[in-house]
Amino acid sequence: MTAALLETRALCKRFGGLVATDAVSLEVVRGECHALIGPNGAGKTTLIGQLSGSLRPDSGSVLFAGRNVTQLKAHQRAMLGFARSYQITSILNDFTVAENVGMALQAVSGSSFRFWRPVANETGLRDEATAILRQVGLEPLAERQARGLSHGEHRQLEIALALATKPQLMLLDEPMAGMGPEESENMVQLIAGLKGRYTVLLVEHDMDAVFRLADRISVLVAGRVITTGLPEEIRTNAAVKSAYLGEETTN
Amino acid sequence: MTWILFLEQCLNGLQFGLMLFLLVAGLTLIFGIMDLINLAHGSLYMVGAYLVATFTQATGSFLLAVPLGIAATAVVGMVIEAVVLRGLYKRDHLSQVLATFALILIANESTRAIWGLQALTLNVPLALSGSVELLPGLHYSAFRLAIIAVGLAVAAMLYILVVRTRIGMLVRAGASNRQMAMAMGTNIKWLFTAVFGVGAALCALAGAMLSPLLVVQVGMGESILILAFVTVVIGGIGSMRGAFIGALLVGIVDTFGRAFIPPLLRTVLPPAFADAAGPSLAAISIYLLMVIVLFWKPQGLFPAGS
Amino acid sequence: MIWLTRHGWLVAACLFALAFPMLATAVGQDFYISVASRVLIWGLLATSLNLLVGTGGMVSMGHAAFFGFGAYVVGIIALDAPQWSAAPVVLPLAIAATGILAFVVGAICLRTRGVYFIMITLAFAQMLFYIFVSLKGYGGDDGLPLAKRSPLGTLKMADDTVFYYVVLTLLALCLVFLARLRDSRFGRVLRGIKDNEIRMESLGYATLRFKLTAFVIAGAMAGLAGALMANQNGFVSPNMLYWDLSGTALVMVILGGLGSLWGGLAGAVVFMVLEEVLTGFTSHWQIILGLILLGVVFFAPKGIAGLFARKSR
Repeated sequence: MTAALLETRALCKRFGGLVATDAVSLEVVRGECHALIGPNGAGKTTLIGQLSGSLRPDSGSVLFAGRNVTQLKAHQRAMLGFARSYQITSILNDFTVAENVGMALQAVSGSSFRFWRPVANETGLRDEATAILRQVGLEPLAERQARGLSHGEHRQLEIALALATKPQLMLLDEPMAGMGPEESENMVQLIAGLKGRYTVLLVEHDMDAVFRLADRISVLVAGRVITTGLPEEIRTNAAVKSAYLGEETTN
Repeated sequence: MTWILFLEQCLNGLQFGLMLFLLVAGLTLIFGIMDLINLAHGSLYMVGAYLVATFTQATGSFLLAVPLGIAATAVVGMVIEAVVLRGLYKRDHLSQVLATFALILIANESTRAIWGLQALTLNVPLALSGSVELLPGLHYSAFRLAIIAVGLAVAAMLYILVVRTRIGMLVRAGASNRQMAMAMGTNIKWLFTAVFGVGAALCALAGAMLSPLLVVQVGMGESILILAFVTVVIGGIGSMRGAFIGALLVGIVDTFGRAFIPPLLRTVLPPAFADAAGPSLAAISIYLLMVIVLFWKPQGLFPAGS
Repeated sequence: MIWLTRHGWLVAACLFALAFPMLATAVGQDFYISVASRVLIWGLLATSLNLLVGTGGMVSMGHAAFFGFGAYVVGIIALDAPQWSAAPVVLPLAIAATGILAFVVGAICLRTRGVYFIMITLAFAQMLFYIFVSLKGYGGDDGLPLAKRSPLGTLKMADDTVFYYVVLTLLALCLVFLARLRDSRFGRVLRGIKDNEIRMESLGYATLRFKLTAFVIAGAMAGLAGALMANQNGFVSPNMLYWDLSGTALVMVILGGLGSLWGGLAGAVVFMVLEEVLTGFTSHWQIILGLILLGVVFFAPKGIAGLFARKSR
């Protein structure tokens, strides 16, 4: 009996004439690292959006720990234990790296409707932020303006933000996008370190990383999940190979 | 309330709505394609009215003054677009609000400087100063009928232009997805200027047609601008269909509200209340309409791209 | 000592503000004391708008609604319920009533974003304008005179100097509150929402609640400004609800510095000084003002605060 933390049932989404999500039913088991792969334009980010709550599906449902969360908004899902990192970096540019993480921590530690005490005095938040930054390797850059980071550092910050809200489920949308070989390796180590403690749904193009990290892999083509299975099964699957003809990227 | 009165108000509402549509058509396209909030749109309407009034006095012919006034206003509009607005397309909305507010200040004060503080009066052209008997007992101003005719004709032309021509397709594409329009490789700059010029011309036409009926004075642009904004919100940004239906809706609701709410209230409420509440309700009827529409459809009735 | 040099301007300005009535009397220009009160009140209005626009990123073109409403509360109470006219009663009442209005308006308007939001706030303010103009019982078009200033204990509120210090005190209190707010948890969330609302939502923040709270605070503060202006002028005009007042307040914000604590007040001062100077040149001073505003938008979008920021580098 699998303990599915995240489940979707016949999720559908169209944009005008385009079917972006076609009756997607998938399951992410608690504690696993489940990779979602597929050619460009398969609808991966759209699916992530429907899981995180930023997009409303046209039909179907999303269940979290058995509970139907389809009607819940993004911030409500975050409070239940969802965290998301973005494919196109989406951070708080006018704040420092430490403040970015602090903002995420603040969301899950007490009310933010406090109007008098300076938040900079909250050493608890600051220490926690430092710990998270250390975990993702950004501690030396804590006081840097987020806007001024390199691309790879931005991607690291994305993960830090996702970690800071102490989620149960992490939806990582192409964390390695645009990274060089050394940075990608660091990111793989980082995500590998999360396995077991967090449930991860990982969207990625980097096949090396996917096969190293994933416990199971689902393949999304033209909005439909064509197959789900163990890495070895997917590696040798003919349908997957043909879908990926010309699309495979190896680092 | 008689049928005659009802039909008369319908025609008034239609007339007002069509003129409002002329203003809103340009405004909503500029919102939709350029994502530009332009507070000075009403100023073009005012400039159009002033120019037509002046040209009529100079040439003695309303018929001649109207195309002259429209052309001149279109030129003014395109100059403003090239000099000021072009620098705003990439800016945030606050900057746009402030810059176009500055344009209002400049336009209003310049108008006062050129034409003085007295309002201009323009008479309805002699040929149209009579009334037409549409139905037995229903006499309607010939000029207002002409306004309706012109409004419908322009609406039809715009429909053909936007829906049936290649330029129109570019405009509609731009209104629903600017990035896509840019990617299609159209020369965006000239498209923007042209759209703005057309918008200015439409404002001027509305100003021209309404000037014999209303008072031509500084500030006329702002009062109609708010109505135009409300119409855009109701109809949906970037949508010609929304602009048309929204404008007719606003025109009719406003006209009916002013004509029928006060007497209606007097039949159900004691006169003291009715006389106090009547005019207020009448004045804000379109704002109430806007709130109702927003609750039901926050993007307006027919937003572009739907 | 370092504190003093870094904040030298601030200290000088505070001393000047405190000493102003004495200075004005000394040079025989008592008249300017009431002008100064008016500048401070405008500064309060602009500061409240700055919270909304500068800190929260919500461009509202309807802030005049709250300014005028606060004024009308004072006027109407003076007329219909004069027993509540004392300042310690009527001012909190104006603040509370305007806050409630801001809650209702904000709850509707904040469902929209961007261009829609700007237009809807504008439309709501106009709606309020038309309502008040049509209230013949409260002056309608002509406005509502205020017989006397709201009494405050034994203070002689009719004395311009006394009133000036009352206004100054209230303004100072509001600024202290806003300074703390900015650095508080709430303030940080608000700034975060301005920066990237979608990301804040995915972090778990119910952004609408925060924006609405800011909207209410800003509205209530504007209501206080309106109540004070009614007292200052002895008159409540429906023009206080008219949208060009919203525009003027926005101009002050940009002149003074968007998002900075002092931006509203600085902008009000600059605007009033500009108006004084320009009216001296020509009756068509609004053209020059418009050109200056265009210049600021295109070349100095950070306003006065931007100039100071550059200097401190």
